[in-house]
This record gives sequence, structure tokens and C-alpha cells, in this order.
Amino acid sequence: MAKTIVQEFTKGLWEEIPPFRLVLGLCPVLAVTKTVANGVGMGVAATFVLVCSNILVSMLRKSIPSQVRVPCFIIIIATFVVVVELVMQAVAYPLFLQLGIFIPLIVVNCIILGRAEAFASKNPLPASIADGLGIGVGFTIALGALAGIREAFGAGTISVPFSDTVIQLFGPSFQPFTFMVEAPGAFVCLGLVLALMNLAGK
Amino acid sequence: MRDIIRMIVVLGVMAAVSGVVLAGVKSGTAEQIEYQQLKFVKGPAIKMILEGCSNDPLVDRFKIKDGEVERGFYVGVFDGKANAVAYETFGKGFGGDVGIMVGVNIEADELLGIGVTTHSETPGLGSRAKDDPSFGAQFKGLSITKPFKVKPDGGQVDAVSGATITSRGVCQGITDSSAFYSKLKPQIIEQAKAFAK
Repeated sequence: MAKTIVQEFTKGLWEEIPPFRLVLGLCPVLAVTKTVANGVGMGVAATFVLVCSNILVSMLRKSIPSQVRVPCFIIIIATFVVVVELVMQAVAYPLFLQLGIFIPLIVVNCIILGRAEAFASKNPLPASIADGLGIGVGFTIALGALAGIREAFGAGTISVPFSDTVIQLFGPSFQPFTFMVEAPGAFVCLGLVLALMNLAGK
Repeated sequence: MRDIIRMIVVLGVMAAVSGVVLAGVKSGTAEQIEYQQLKFVKGPAIKMILEGCSNDPLVDRFKIKDGEVERGFYVGVFDGKANAVAYETFGKGFGGDVGIMVGVNIEADELLGIGVTTHSETPGLGSRAKDDPSFGAQFKGLSITKPFKVKPDGGQVDAVSGATITSRGVCQGITDSSAFYSKLKPQIIEQAKAFAK
């Protein structure tokens, strides 16, 4: 059962990559993956919250009474989410306007509460950090990949995260397949990626 | 019993620590957030109204205390003279307050232009007061001292079609603002002088 730190990290990248393998946290996955910049921004914000909450939950796991562990986890998570929200407003205001309500909603993202409950509250600090980082990076990759597919087909562009650069993929005669950037397109796209990953996993 | 006390203490301490941390972060980022909001929410409207000015209105700004409220003014320099200011006022729209940036030529008391900053109007209807430039454009050159009304109310402003209430709110907001503009005008002229180049 005992895994090394490296294994705890890498399991989040493929074996337990959150939206595709655990099929968790689908709300932001479907909602913010219209552009790569938004998707990766959301992923980084969630990763920060996940790593920080894993650290605190793991450190405090022996002093938190088990009857009130969920309220305690929620306090920790909510604190970091508000920190992310404020910092994002201060340094990346356009991104904050784009992500809007989905930043506060990280509080109820089941990946984060799930990792706190299922992993960090039972494991020592180094393993919890590795787990948080791995799952967070996996979540970011998943969001980025899904957003890349949707943006490329739906808008014909790829927006580079954390800059204003937008790469035009196709020539001026490209007709955007707008279905892809709308909500149903997100479901179809997610389904196709899931199918491909199942195929590749066999 | 000891369990219950322990739970209360642990939860209480965590909530208190969280509160302190958040208060710290909030006050630490407040100034930066204010500037970012200025740049991305009010900035586009200010830039549009004071188009062609030779300074940066977002930097050249001052505040005047009007009774309880503090009002911000953004200065536009044209031909070396600081003869234009923009300020924000609010009117009652269909879905809540509508923020309106109003640009005034302080020498002629004429509107330079208006722009909607924040609103919660119906997308596609009331939101056109912000997105449709022809609505804001008709205010250009009108005198600030006369009340503004939409045409159905016997006024001079064409309402955005399908959004009379929003248009009425914008007119009301600008009309209201002329009261504090006239009252503060001596101070505005005095303060704006400092920015002339």
C-alpha cells in the first residue's frame, strides 16, 4: 500500500487525474474551459487552494476532533479561496472578471474537500503536499487540454495563459464551430476525452 | 462534555485565525484592487469620454468631499488646459443602479460624453445603453444645467428601444449629478488647474 512521495505526485497526472478518472469537480471543468487562459487560470487557483488546504489539514489532523472535521476543512478551504479571490483581483483583474462566480465556488469543489477528507486527514505532511500538487497539476492539465480542444474548434484560437497573446490557428476563412464553446459542446467534448482515455488505458 | 468543549475551542480558534488572516489580506490588497477596478471597469468609459486628451485621466484624478460622500473626478487636458472632468454618478435602472461616467467641459458646462460603467440590466436590451455607442453619443454637446429626459417624457434623449426604464435611469442620474456638479464647481476648477500642462 505504501507509496513513495513521487508516486503520490504522479498518480494525480494520469491514474487519478481528477475530471477524467475520478470524474470530480465537473462544474468548473464544464463552465470555464471556453478559453485556455481561463481554464489554466482556474486550474492554478484550484491547485493553490488544494495544496494549501492539504498542508493545513495534514498538519492539524491530530488536533481536529473527528465530529467537526468537515466544518474545520471548510474553514481552511474557504480562507484560502478568499485569499485567491482577493489576490486575483489585485494582480489579474481581467481573469477575475472572466472566472467570476467560479472562484468563490472553489470552496465547494469536491476535489479539494475530497482530498482533504480522503487523503490529507489520514496522511503525513510530505505525502499530502505531493498528493495536493499532483492532483492540482492534473486538474490544471485536464482543464487546459479540454479548453484547448474547445477553443481551437470553437473560436479558432489558442489564448496563452497569463498574457494577452492570442494565437490564431487557422486562416481568415475559418468558420468557428461555436457549438464547442457552448455548454452542450462542453459535455460532448468531455465525453469524447473520457472515451479516449478509457481506450488508451486498456 | 470534554469532547464538546474541545470541538468548540478548535472550531473557534480556526475561525478566529481565518478572520485575522483574511482581514490582513484584504487590507493589504485594497489599494491595488481599487486601481485595477479603476483601470478595467471605469477606465474604458473614461478613456472614451475624454478621447484625445493629452494626459492620463486615470492618474490625474482628485477627490472632493461633498457632505458625507467623497466624489472622484478625472481630469482631461485638452490643448494644454485642464478644461474637462469626468465623474461617476448613479441612476436607477431596471435591474438596480446604473453607474454612469459623465464627462463635462468645465468652461462651457457642456457634456463631452457619457458612458455606462456598471449595470445589471437585461442583456441585449438595457445593456445596449452601455454597448450601443449611438445612445451615449446623443448627450454630447448638451448643456449640463438643463434636466435630461427621454422623449416619451417630453425630453430630448432618444431612449434605447425596449429599454425605456434604463434610459430614463441614465437621464435621471445625469440630471441628479448636475446638482452636485454646480455646487462643487468652484472646487473642481480650483483642483483641476493643478493638472494643466
